[in-house]
Amino acid sequence: MNKKWLSGPYLFWAISFIIIPLVMILYYGLTTKDGSITFENILQITTNTNVKALVLALLLSIVSTIICLILAYPLAMILNQLDVNQNSFIVLIFILPMWMNFLLRTLAWQTLLEKTGVINSVLTLLHLPTLNIINTPYAIVLGMVYNFLPFMVLPIYNILIKIDPNVINAAKDLGANSFLTFYKVILPLSWPGVISGITMVFVPSLTTFVISDLLGGSKILLIGNVIEQKFTQANNWNAGSGLSLVLMVFILLSMAILSKYDKDGEGLI
Amino acid sequence: MKKFLSKFYLTLIFILLYAPIATLIVLSFNASKTRAKWGGFTLKWYFELFQNDAILEALSNTLIIAFLSALIATVIGTAASIGINAMNRHLKTIFMSVTNIPMLNADIVTGISLMLLFIAFGVRFGFSTILLAHITFNIPYVILSVMPKLKQIDQNTYMAALDLGASPFYAFYKVIVPDILPGILSGFLLSFTMSLDDFIITHFTKGSGIDTLSTKIYAEVRKGIKPEMYALSTLLFVSVLFLLIAVNKVPKQRKES
Repeated sequence: MNKKWLSGPYLFWAISFIIIPLVMILYYGLTTKDGSITFENILQITTNTNVKALVLALLLSIVSTIICLILAYPLAMILNQLDVNQNSFIVLIFILPMWMNFLLRTLAWQTLLEKTGVINSVLTLLHLPTLNIINTPYAIVLGMVYNFLPFMVLPIYNILIKIDPNVINAAKDLGANSFLTFYKVILPLSWPGVISGITMVFVPSLTTFVISDLLGGSKILLIGNVIEQKFTQANNWNAGSGLSLVLMVFILLSMAILSKYDKDGEGLI
Repeated sequence: MKKFLSKFYLTLIFILLYAPIATLIVLSFNASKTRAKWGGFTLKWYFELFQNDAILEALSNTLIIAFLSALIATVIGTAASIGINAMNRHLKTIFMSVTNIPMLNADIVTGISLMLLFIAFGVRFGFSTILLAHITFNIPYVILSVMPKLKQIDQNTYMAALDLGASPFYAFYKVIVPDILPGILSGFLLSFTMSLDDFIITHFTKGSGIDTLSTKIYAEVRKGIKPEMYALSTLLFVSVLFLLIAVNKVPKQRKES
């Protein structure tokens, strides 16, 4: 028996539910309602509201990605040095929250951030100035960082645990201080994990419509919101698909960068 | 000093991740119907939860879809991993690139693309379309969990089993399966969790007339979340927490005995 044939069902599945659906977006995005070819759907991105939504989404997702990276790298290093039963600990920290619904978790930030909410009550108690970020882009960034931080930590952690301690010891033996060891040895070796993490945070942040909906007070439109409304409210699948194609340019770009640095996808889970 | 800083930092991140969860648990005991103020302690929502048929139906939909999609994805994904592992380098790269698409693609694009597919082929939206969508995004999690385990296997042990007279199926079952079982299990659990927590893809593939917990919560956001929802989430969260603690205790006891 040739083992290759075991992939048969998956091949069928991938063609039916991954490849063909993407072709459908391409088809709808490049045609009008009666099926003739047009670039109008894609050019919708140039209207004033849509450009604004795309630029804001890019800005917020880049900021969130940078914050996630700054928070996650030290965290991954600390986790790597912990002696506890690491797997269960990491599951506890990062997977367990997912059992509380993602929408509810994000909504809970409303309660925490509200003008008279929990955080502000504590701040008032300590005689500190209050925080008024609910329904602003800042709250959206917080929601993105909160929701996607695990996707930055896990790939970096997965790469760090694979680094041979002897390499680090060798660097130290050869006289490198901890900073130099980090900069010249650990950081370059962890690069694939960092790139994976950046992709895994940047793409969902760029395309979200839920977080902006829940924490932005539904006044702030990101490109994800525009596309979602085209499908669920305007029922204009062609325009929605055209805008999705624009979005996919950014997604493909980050996937291309990722595959250059992390060939085996070893940083993904 | 360094140790203290590490602990401090871990605690901060822990608070960031768990503050919303603590909030939801507190809200489930809040007698006031609004999230904005505390109206005293009550267990009312826990009792009312079991009389709320709409929430219970959404819960059962969510759990059935999560279980079935994880199970089917595990079967297809594990078989696929074994097949992919036996391929030459070139084919392997193609398969793994396709596998990465649902992982790296935006949920909104995956959801829309599947919605357009179902429309084009005249599939009626409902339970089956959600299930198909969830299997699709779950398979990559299984493949990416099983593949690393397969790579670690020494092909000679399988050959040895064959030389000693085992049939290919028996050798596979006795030699390969035990080695990749942890990968299969973590793939299943990951799939189950991802399915449970998914909103965006379900939102686009569900049609009207069926709800999972996520889509039900989203529909309630504007008019205010029913406090029974907080009670249900708390129950789910606490049961998984205890399950995890129990699972982590078991292997230790075995080692001792």
